Amino acid sequence: MKHIDEYRDGELARAIARRIAEEARSERQYRFMEFCGGHTHAISRYGIEDLLPENIRLIHGPGCPVCVLPMGRIDDAIRLAARKEVTLCTYADLMRVPASGGASLMKAKADGADIRMVYSTLDAIAIAEKEPEREVVFFAIGFETTTPPTALAIRLAQKKGLANFSVYCNHVLTPAAMQAILDTKDGVEIEGFVGPAHVSTVIGSAPYRRFASDYRKPVVIAGFEPLDVIQAILMLLRQINEGRCEIENQYRRAVTESGNAKAIDEMAEIFELRDAFEWRGLGEIPSSALKLRETYAQFDAERRFSMETRPARDNPACECGAILRGQKRPQDCKLFGVACTPETPMGSCMVSSEGSCAAYWAYGRFRRYETRQNETRKAS
Amino acid sequence: MNKHEPTGRKLDLRNGRVELSHGAGGRAMARLIGEIFHVAFDNEWLGAGNDQAAFDVPAGRMAMTTDGYVVSPLFFPGGDIGKLAVHGTINDIAMAGARPLHMSASFIIEEGFPLAELKRIAQSMGEASRAAGVPIVTGDTKVVERGKADGVFVSTTCVGIVPVGLELSGDKARPGDVVLLSGSIGDHGVAVMSKRENLSFDTEVLSDTAALHELVARMVETAGPAIRLMRDPTRGGVAATLNEIAHQSRVGVRIEETAIPVAPQVAAACELLGLDPLNVANEGKLIAVVAREAAEALLATMRAHELGGRAARIGEIVEDAHCFVQMTTAFGGGRVIDWLSGEQLPRIC
Repeated sequence: MKHIDEYRDGELARAIARRIAEEARSERQYRFMEFCGGHTHAISRYGIEDLLPENIRLIHGPGCPVCVLPMGRIDDAIRLAARKEVTLCTYADLMRVPASGGASLMKAKADGADIRMVYSTLDAIAIAEKEPEREVVFFAIGFETTTPPTALAIRLAQKKGLANFSVYCNHVLTPAAMQAILDTKDGVEIEGFVGPAHVSTVIGSAPYRRFASDYRKPVVIAGFEPLDVIQAILMLLRQINEGRCEIENQYRRAVTESGNAKAIDEMAEIFELRDAFEWRGLGEIPSSALKLRETYAQFDAERRFSMETRPARDNPACECGAILRGQKRPQDCKLFGVACTPETPMGSCMVSSEGSCAAYWAYGRFRRYETRQNETRKAS
Repeated sequence: MNKHEPTGRKLDLRNGRVELSHGAGGRAMARLIGEIFHVAFDNEWLGAGNDQAAFDVPAGRMAMTTDGYVVSPLFFPGGDIGKLAVHGTINDIAMAGARPLHMSASFIIEEGFPLAELKRIAQSMGEASRAAGVPIVTGDTKVVERGKADGVFVSTTCVGIVPVGLELSGDKARPGDVVLLSGSIGDHGVAVMSKRENLSFDTEVLSDTAALHELVARMVETAGPAIRLMRDPTRGGVAATLNEIAHQSRVGVRIEETAIPVAPQVAAACELLGLDPLNVANEGKLIAVVAREAAEALLATMRAHELGGRAARIGEIVEDAHCFVQMTTAFGGGRVIDWLSGEQLPRIC
């Protein structure tokens, strides 16, 4: 496949891996966090960790929108979908996310709620147009990447005068979460970030500057292809070895410093910051999420249906929080692979294929390590 | 399927629709069976008009299998539910190394289903069964109220004869054996998906639906009992099939990503949809595990057949108490290939 295979070239990968092995100082450990689920997925799917020396550890960050959505918000969505007049439109990823008391949107659908899986916000608009007697609510989630399409849908609904369309807004912001991880007192020491790919195409590289200047952490913005990731790791390694803290852009083919001005303006026009928002596993983070501005109140499902989020408690044994903060690995959780599997997810990291637990499970990283350990034990 | 001699008006095969009376056991049902199924399947056993088909069988071991088909949409590039229902069930018999003899077909039809489409499906089944040399000798028709089914569901059952001395089974893979794949993967799943409501995209990919028993017959002639087992990687794709083999045989499987043929259009569609071709369904491919010494000759036989032109050696069986399927990626790393969790796409067969 043109424009894809170039970024998956095994020979080039091995050449970069050799450089990494040469330049990594054996006397020390390197700990880098890839923020995005897209990176976590690429790392697992292409076996990138196999190409790295043992003293480079990748910590899988919270950049999976499904994973960080708190349970209370799913409970709200289920209550909303239970209303007779409501058709809830959602991305398929959300269907199996566990809610309170073993509920999920999937189960609510089986119980008769009108929940429909859509591939884009425009599908939801189409449903609202086609079925004017239904109250069509789009369950909006995601980082800065999926926010512009939601803005577009609201703009379109306004233009078309759709009185039966609204958005349940759960959009969250990447830089705020990165800062929250760095501010965690008992956090794992992270020395640098593989920075977001798609998010950065929208917001640009400028919003990460404070991580270099205030926190002294290098950030390398990288694409989601495996060569992007391994090259970003080499760039981070060099920054650390040379004592630099810079925002570097590996993903120049898509990311500029200032981002997509049109998308940024449109988001600013329609959304404003919430004072604080709960992130599953990370707790309340100030100024980390968006809501609709007063001007667009008629499209705001929270106002329209007087929704009030009731706090919900995760399973106390679930380690998603510590895993999302990089303090624990999926296999450190007692539930992992036993009570919690992709078929029966207990925690959010197991739900989306971008969640670190699901990626570990599906691509069997932990099992390969176990096998290797067993083989070593047998041999010795 | 009883053949009656009903009186009255003929079915309106152009604009008519299936009504509840078409399943009620009266004249209307007899018309439906006579004018659609008997015409399409046409053979002496069905023509006899009995509640069952009686036929002679050679001595030896028989194989029997049954499968239900609920694919949506009913017609897709390269095939339809009828063709799939004939090929899929024949293939399940063929995977035992067996020669399929006769099959049955049962239809659950939703009230209001267009008779023209039913006829098209029946004709497609008739063509597929004649081409395969496996007649549909008995059947059944039921009509359910509107909303109680999705158009039409088809179930087929097939019986076959297993060659003497052949006992293929999922638990027979042994470390050192070689894994062969008969061609490129993912075509069926992508073809079906390209026509799904609200996901439609343009592609030239056709379903690979095909009856594999002739290919299998050639393979059995070449390698006989050196073939440990065969499986057709349908739902869940190659990933699911290799995991089944690993667990049934209590072994590990190691495969090379670069050895697995994937058509460029399929790879592109999977990329776009975020799917892994290893998880996507096939309806005309098989995986064979074979003793190492017989592998080369068997591969040559497969490549010489039109349904195995792109056959490839994709990996080998290894000792592994964990029964992992592991793959060396084209990128140079390694990963475990697991069963797919949940549904990748609903109702592909």
